[in-house]
Amino acid sequence: MSTLQVAKTVDAKGLSCPMPIVKTAQAIKEMPSGALLEVLATDAGSQKDFVAWAKSTGNELVEQTTDAGVFRFILRKK
Amino acid sequence: MTAPTLEPQVDIAGRHVDQVVEEVPLTAPMPAAAAEPPTTRDIIIICFSGDLEKTWATMILASTGAAMGVKTRVFVTFWGLQTFVKDGRRVTGENWMQKMLAMMQRPGVSHRKLSKMNFLGMGPWMMRSLAKKYHVASPKELLEAAQAMGVEFIPCQMTMDMFGLTTDDFVEGMGEPVGAATVIGLITEGSAPIFI
Repeated sequence: MSTLQVAKTVDAKGLSCPMPIVKTAQAIKEMPSGALLEVLATDAGSQKDFVAWAKSTGNELVEQTTDAGVFRFILRKK
Repeated sequence: MTAPTLEPQVDIAGRHVDQVVEEVPLTAPMPAAAAEPPTTRDIIIICFSGDLEKTWATMILASTGAAMGVKTRVFVTFWGLQTFVKDGRRVTGENWMQKMLAMMQRPGVSHRKLSKMNFLGMGPWMMRSLAKKYHVASPKELLEAAQAMGVEFIPCQMTMDMFGLTTDDFVEGMGEPVGAATVIGLITEGSAPIFI
């Protein structure tokens, strides 16, 4: 577990595609540049989806971990 | 250089076979490298179908496109228009044929039917139940999310006229009606088209 200080957490556990991405996009919009957003998801497709999302939006995928079936993403707003 | 054949070669159909293959020197300059192709940053979804499963696909792709920071437009035409009529509207149109069409297929995003296995509504009911069980957002929820993220839903003027639909029949936030030329214009300018 990292000790990164996240500004906000999106709990997308249990949600299916594309809601984890949609909720993340909505949450990061209101955040200042450079702030960290944590996303928790259980949709297996999200592992690849967040990589694609980061690439497309230019936000940085800082960290990606899995813990007991929960995927945790740390994103830095560009 | 191969020695030219003395006898002209003729193929089975009586045509002369060209024996001289142009030799390309290995040192020939390569054609100038093409400039980086422009990255597509726009998507145009042509929402043609009003079927439940295809409506779902339209809403998923539209909301995801916007979430990924891609300018996303949805051109709504033919049966797709039914999806964007307010859920509460039962009858639309001016003449009896338009009204009858609306009666035969209830408009509204919450009243879509499956293209197959509809079984008088049993199919869509099961589909919606499964979606709920697996926390899949409904087309209505996805539509609202897409609109909140700035997806432009643009109705087709011609089919609106044909079905007797007015902008007043549609859900809030629809764009100005346009025609096919606008769609083709967007595609030729680099919008990636998706036909559903």
